[in-house]
Parts: sequence; structure tokens; C-alpha cells
Amino acid sequence: MMKGLKKWRLFSLLAVLTVFLAGCGQEELSTLLPAGQVGKDQFKLLMLASGIMLFVILVVVAIYVVALIRFRRSKLGEDFIPEQVEGSHKLELVWTIIPIILIIILAVPTVYYTYKLGDVKAMEEVTDDGKAKHLVVDVTAKLYWWEFEYPDLGIVTAQELVVPTKEKIYFNLKAADVKHSFWIPAIGGKMDTNVENLNKFYLTFDKESEGLKDGVFYGKCAELCGPSHSLMDFKVKTLPRDEFNAWAKNMKATEDGNSVANAAGEEVFKQSCIGCHATSGAGEGGSQGPNLASFGDRNRVAGFLKHNEEDLKKWIKNPQKVKPGNTMPSFENQLSEQELDDLTEYLLGLSVEQ
Amino acid sequence: MSSVAQKRGFGAALWDWMTTVDHKKIGILYLIGGGFFFVVGGIEAMIIRLQLLKPNNDLVSAGLFNDLITMHGTTMIFLAAMPILFGFMNYIMPLQIGARDVAFPFINSLGFWMFFLGGVFLNVSWFFGQVPDAGWTSYASLSLASTGHGIDFYAIGLQIAGGGTLMGGINFLVTIINMRAPGMTYMRMPLFTWTTFVASAMILFAFPPLTVGLFFLTFDRMFDANFFDHQMGGNTIIWEHIFWIFGHPEVYILILPAFGIFSEIFSIFSRKRLFGYPAMVFATVLIGFLGFMVWAHHMFTVGLGPTANAIFAVATMAIAVPTGVKIFNWLLTIWGGSISVTTPMLYALGFIPSFVMGGVTGVMQGAAPLDYQLHDSYFIVAHFHYVIVGGVVLAILAGVHLYWPKMFGTMLSETLGKITFVFFFVGFHCTFLIQHWLGFWGMPRRVWTYMDGQGWNTANLISSIGALLMAIGVIVMVINIIMTTVKNVRVGNDPWGDGRTLEWAIPSPPPFYNFTQTPLVRGLDTVWIEKQEGNATGLTFAEPVTDIHMPHGSIIPFFMSVGLFIAGFGAMFHQETSWGLPLLIFGLAWTFVAMAMRSLKDDLGYHVTKEEIQRDITNASKGGQN
Repeated sequence: MMKGLKKWRLFSLLAVLTVFLAGCGQEELSTLLPAGQVGKDQFKLLMLASGIMLFVILVVVAIYVVALIRFRRSKLGEDFIPEQVEGSHKLELVWTIIPIILIIILAVPTVYYTYKLGDVKAMEEVTDDGKAKHLVVDVTAKLYWWEFEYPDLGIVTAQELVVPTKEKIYFNLKAADVKHSFWIPAIGGKMDTNVENLNKFYLTFDKESEGLKDGVFYGKCAELCGPSHSLMDFKVKTLPRDEFNAWAKNMKATEDGNSVANAAGEEVFKQSCIGCHATSGAGEGGSQGPNLASFGDRNRVAGFLKHNEEDLKKWIKNPQKVKPGNTMPSFENQLSEQELDDLTEYLLGLSVEQ
Repeated sequence: MSSVAQKRGFGAALWDWMTTVDHKKIGILYLIGGGFFFVVGGIEAMIIRLQLLKPNNDLVSAGLFNDLITMHGTTMIFLAAMPILFGFMNYIMPLQIGARDVAFPFINSLGFWMFFLGGVFLNVSWFFGQVPDAGWTSYASLSLASTGHGIDFYAIGLQIAGGGTLMGGINFLVTIINMRAPGMTYMRMPLFTWTTFVASAMILFAFPPLTVGLFFLTFDRMFDANFFDHQMGGNTIIWEHIFWIFGHPEVYILILPAFGIFSEIFSIFSRKRLFGYPAMVFATVLIGFLGFMVWAHHMFTVGLGPTANAIFAVATMAIAVPTGVKIFNWLLTIWGGSISVTTPMLYALGFIPSFVMGGVTGVMQGAAPLDYQLHDSYFIVAHFHYVIVGGVVLAILAGVHLYWPKMFGTMLSETLGKITFVFFFVGFHCTFLIQHWLGFWGMPRRVWTYMDGQGWNTANLISSIGALLMAIGVIVMVINIIMTTVKNVRVGNDPWGDGRTLEWAIPSPPPFYNFTQTPLVRGLDTVWIEKQEGNATGLTFAEPVTDIHMPHGSIIPFFMSVGLFIAGFGAMFHQETSWGLPLLIFGLAWTFVAMAMRSLKDDLGYHVTKEEIQRDITNASKGGQN
């Protein structure tokens, strides 16, 4: 019985090792393949902590295995009465002091990184002509979608965060209804979007998202926020600074009208959708529904569905079925098939990246 | 005890159990109640794992999934783990200190019925179709936004059950402080008694914040208060603080008695005194103290600022030191001992590596910047299941096998016990080990489903298979219990052969007055000492045989709890119905009347006469029990 157990343990150790070596996850959303300085710092801490902890586990398991082998009653005989040892101050000091040392080794970098990652003073810095020195994005989490406003650029988008690479991006985080949490696993740790206060932190994006599987990093909501919590995904597109500038300029330009792929669809949009959704990327956040100025460029419909006509129609027809608890009404009985066709063509044509 | 009850018929037996104030019967009631809810929570867990078996699964709806995770967590913590541990504390602790009962038998009964009816109240929500759905933490913005009566069931159900727990905790404290047998100094108390003591002290300080928080939530939802409504000047972060000021000590309230059970097991089945007993006691107390200093590590991502985060990070890591001391002391207890791998010992041996793994991942999450990644991901799910299943549940299963003969006078099958262990242990690691990586790979917790193509499919499949193995283990244990009860092979005072503490020197099950004469305690592991010195009974008495004063049973605790149960429904429905308010008043009045009856009625108890006890002693020695 115990022999089987021991073998099983060895096997599990090997299995753990295999999983550890093979299991780094997927580039676009794994914390083990960090693509930003914050994530890398956290990864370093993970490695340090794992190392210390594996050491502890090994020591414990070693003593444990030796004790189990040496001191079995089947070996010592039924009548053997062990010496009733009271304890050992020396030994107890050893296993008090060594853990304290290990903890200090971990605590020092922990405190260092806590302050490093919590430093958002630079957010307020301005250049000589009064412009903000760093890019600041205001993130508002709403029932199952994300709004990204760039106050200094005067543009707003939703569901797909677009940022330049290789510089610190500062975020103001807030929730509009219930608490959510903003997390881009491959870039860095999460921060909650509270309902009553603004949270601030920064991330850096070192890698362009273009080469990734879907061309984007994956973002998640990490705080239970209702039925569709698990569907509250967003995506992150990272561009070189000049491409980002071009994107921002195009977004701003949608002020004067966006590309129209289907004029009839635009009419339908104006009648049915415009109350909640804007197609101009210029302006401020706070709208009822996600801004659609760059809808055609996005990677997903509603954050998680495939980005094609079929899924878009499915979504418009009955959003509650797809994402229960969201605030968009159903259009199943309000739009004819023809109108739906026009509308989807129009929406998928909304683009700022030609 | 049951043979006497059965002769009196089912109704009389039921009445006997409902009115009992005997700590041993109440202990068994706690085990039955907790066991029932453990199965309910287990079924919920199985449905959760079935839903997550494959991507885009739609076995359950998104709303129902949130109901399930909320009820699984709440049930397992408040209605399964705590009550089952309370069952052991109730049954074993008074025996270990040589007492005839707890200090307040009436309150003990009240505590049980409040827990049980509170638990029933919470679970009645399933029949209303309005189930708590904001997670077991019930964070305020979501719990206020939640429609229906789900969260009301949560707030009121836990309020009633929590009151019972608080009473139980105070009762244990008073018992341990006042009712130890002569010679049982604090530093001679068995470690299970010590952990009961510290856990009870923690209950005393941790549950009032929960009570306050739940009242705030109740007032917000049912009586238009605005404690947590930020649009009206409230603050949701306050709920998080209140909840975790309770919630973190709560996990130590669970794990300390588990440590106690394992300490007993290591000592008994290694035939060796617990290594470094004073250090173990000190570590227990220190863990209890530090447990109150670290609640904000559940809130690193809330935005408390780097200074708060750094302080709480370091404080959290500090807990690893006393916990480490305990682990090494256990290892040194078996080192140089004579290890007999019985079922309870098997659980204890399985506990060490499992709990160490859960402990070290806790330290990892204590590193605040790292926690920004791990928080609310599947890593944390893996972590707390490693400490709670790998610590508390293994202790409960070990305790069931260890104390079953003491409680029911018959041994659970060792073979089936070991089969249970293998299924449960392998299933447990299979379910939760891989979840650490799911967290690393970016899977948030509490997700109803996940999209294909994120690399999570295989890991989730493995995890679900593991859950199935755990379920098989529990089913084998239930079969074991049924078979053992049917066979009913009687055992003597010390069925394991190496009992070291007072409970192993009296009959199994003990007579209702526990000890014929109050024992004299001559050291740590007093029974072991007596036996080594040639006293085969293991007991030296501190007094001659005299009359024993015992309390009468009472139905009043049950009635008091029923009144609160009724009042709960009144509070819940008072806004939408005309009968709600009268029902609330009626329920509370009912409870007050029951309380008045208790106060006004003189109940001086009764005496078990010297002759009866003398007769029991003679019978026992004739029965040939050792």
C-alpha cells in the first residue's frame, strides 16, 4: 500500500516537472510568458518565490520519506516503545530561524516591487507646453464591456484597447455599475475597478501584438460581476508609437464621418442603435453602449464571439441569450432580415485602419 | 445510547435528540448536520466541475452557475467544515480535559439548532429559485445589485448560523478555562484541546465583525439603509474589509482544530510524545494572533496603496514561520517513533505534503506584486482548496476514522478506509494541482464557461476527472459507515491500542456522565503515563464515587431557533407583502417568549446516584473491557 503511494509520489513529481517545463501556456494570455515590464517583474518574483518554496517542499519531503522508511512499526516490532522525546531547543531554533531568513529573502524584493509597481506619480507630469507627458487611458468597466478613453487625445473606444509599445501607459480604472477587475495576464497583474474611487496603475507593453495568434493580447475581467462575468473579455492591440499616432489620428477623424460600407445599414443604425452607440471615435466616454467607431477592426463581437456576420447577427438578434444580464435590448422582432444584413455589413465596415 | 432510545420508539428517540443537552449527542448532531451539508456542497462542486469539463459547455446556465459557486463556498465553509469540526470539539474536548460536559449545556444545544436552522434557511433558497449568487464573499456592489431574494437568504441564513457558532465558541472557551480536571494545567492540555481553545478565542473576535457586516447588508437590502451604496455616500470597500476581518481568521478557525486532530494522530500512531509541545502551543497561539493581522492580503488589488500592501504582505509571510514550526515538529514526532499506518495515520501522512504545498502557495500570494497576477485566478482556487481540502477536510476524514470507535463503539473498516483515502487523495491532487497552472495561463476564477483555443481544455478535463475520484472516495466512506453500523462489532476503551489522552481510558461510547469519578491528571498524555507505570486502566481518580449532578434536556433551544427562522422570512418579505412585518414580529416574539420561559422556569437538574454509578463500574469490569 505505502509502496504504491511512494511510487505514485515519484510519478507525480515527474508529472509536475513535465507540466512545469512544457506548460507555459499561450503567448497572448499567459502570465508565464510576460510581454511587458510589469509582468516580467512579477514573473521574476514568481521564480524567486517558487524556488524558495520548492526548496522548502524538498526539505520537508526528504525528512518525511526518511522517517517513513526508518520508523515503521512493521520494522521495529510490535512491542517497541520509542523514547518519549520532549523536544529540542536547538532544532526548533533552526527551523524558526531558517524560515525567517527565507522569508526575508522574499520580503525584500516584494516590498521593492510593491513600491515600484505602485508608483504613479509620473501620471501628472506635463511637458513645457502643458500636455501630458505620458499616455493616460481611462478605463471604465460596465456590465460586461470595457470603455477606453484617451482624455489627452480626445478619443474613445471600447472592447479593444489600443496602445503604443515600449513606454509606460498609465491607467485610471473605474467601474460604472458593479465592481470589476482589469487584467491583461500576459502584460501584468490586475487591478480592481471600484465603484467609488479611481484606481491608478501603469503597464508597459514590450511586444507588438501583430505576430500573436489573433493579433491581440487577451484581457479578462477578474472579479465576479454577475452572470456574464466569464464573457467579459477584451482584447489589446499594441502598435509601434508611429502606428499608434496614425491610429489615434484616424480615430479623431471619425468625428467628420466614418467609412460607410452600406448606406441602408447606416439608416438602420441611425434609427435603432445610435441612442446608445456612437460611431465617432472622437469625444468622451460615458456612453450607454460601446463606441463602434472602429468596430470593423476588432477581433471579436461582444468581446468573445467570432468576428463575422453570422455571430454579429446572432448577437444583435438576442443579446441576452448570448451574454445574459447585459443591458442591450433584443432586436429579433424589430429588424427584418434585410435590415439585419444591411446593418451587419455597415457595422463590419466601420474601420479606421485601412 | 441508541439501543436505549430505540426501545422507546422513534418518536421518543427523536424527542430525546431534539431536547438533548449532552455534549456527546450534540457533537453527533453537529456531525450529522455538517455531514449532510458536506454532501450538498459536494454535489454542487460536482456540477461545477461537470460544467467546466469542456469549453463552451452549457450544462447549467450562467446564472445557475453563480448560484452553485456561491452556495458551494458558503455551504462548505459555514455549514460543513465548521460544524463537523464543532462536532469533534463538542464530543472530544470535554473528554480530553476530564469534564462531564461543556460549561453551558443549554447554550450548546441552542448553538447547534441555530446553526442547523440557519443552514436550512440558506438552502431553502433553492426551493424559492432565488439563490445567493454573489460568491461566498458577497462583495457589496454585486450583492446590492443582485435581484431576487438570493442575497437575503445569504445574509439572514448566515446571521442565524453565525450566532450559533459564536455561542459555541464562547461555550468552549468557558469550558476549557473553568472545567479542566485537577492537575490538567494549561501546559498539560492535549493539543486538540489547545487548538479548540485558540479557535474559540478567534471565533469570539472574528464573528462579531461578520454579524455587523451581515446586519449592514440586511439593512441595505431589506430596510433601505445605505451602508454600502456609494451613490448615497456608502462605501463598498468597507464590506470587503469587514468581510475579510472576519474571513481571514475564519480560515484559521478551520485549520487550527485540524492541526489539533493531526497532532493527536501523529502522537498516537507513532507511540511518541508530541515533539516540542510548548513550541506547538506557542505556534498555535501565534497563528491565532497573526491571523487577525493579515486580512488585507485578500485585497491587494483593491488599490489600498503600496504602503498598506507592503505591510500586509510582510505580515502574511510571517505566518509561514509558526506554521513551519508545526510542520517540522510533526515530522520530528514521527521521527524516531514507531509508525503504524492506520487509516487516520494515512490521512495525517497525506496531509503533510498536501498542506505544505498549500502553505507555500499562500506565501507566494502573500508577495503582493505577484498576487496582482495570481489574485482571483485559478491559482487562488488551487491554493485555498489545497489548504482547506488538504488540511481541513483530510483532518475531518481522519477524525471520523479516529474517533468513530469512541463515539459509536465500533470500528470503521480499515480496508475501506484506506480505499477511501486513495481515491480521495489522488482525486484531490488531480483536481487541484493542475489548477495552479490554469491560473498561470490566465484563467480567472468563478467563470461559468471558457472559450475554446485558450489552452485550458485539457487541464480542466483533468481537474474534472479528479473531482469524480474524490466523489468515489466519499461514496466508499458512506458505504463503510453503513456496513460498520450494520455489523456493529463492539470495541473496548482504547481500540487503537495506543491512546494517550483521557478519552481513551473510558468506555466507547462513554456513559452519559463521561467519568465515573473526576480523573487526576499527572502530566501531558496522562493515560500513557499511567499505563507506562503499570496502571492498566490509565486513570487515577481525584475523588471517590459520589452523586453526579446532571442537567435536564430541554426543547427550548430548538424553539428559540425556530422563532429566528420564522422572523427571517418575515424580514425578507416585509417590503413586498402585508404579512411580512407581522411574521417578523411574531418570530421575534416567539423567540423572546422561549427565552423568558428559560429564565423563569427553575431547572435545577438531577443527580445520578452513587449506587447507579457503582453498578455501572461493576458492569463494566464484568464486561471484560480493558
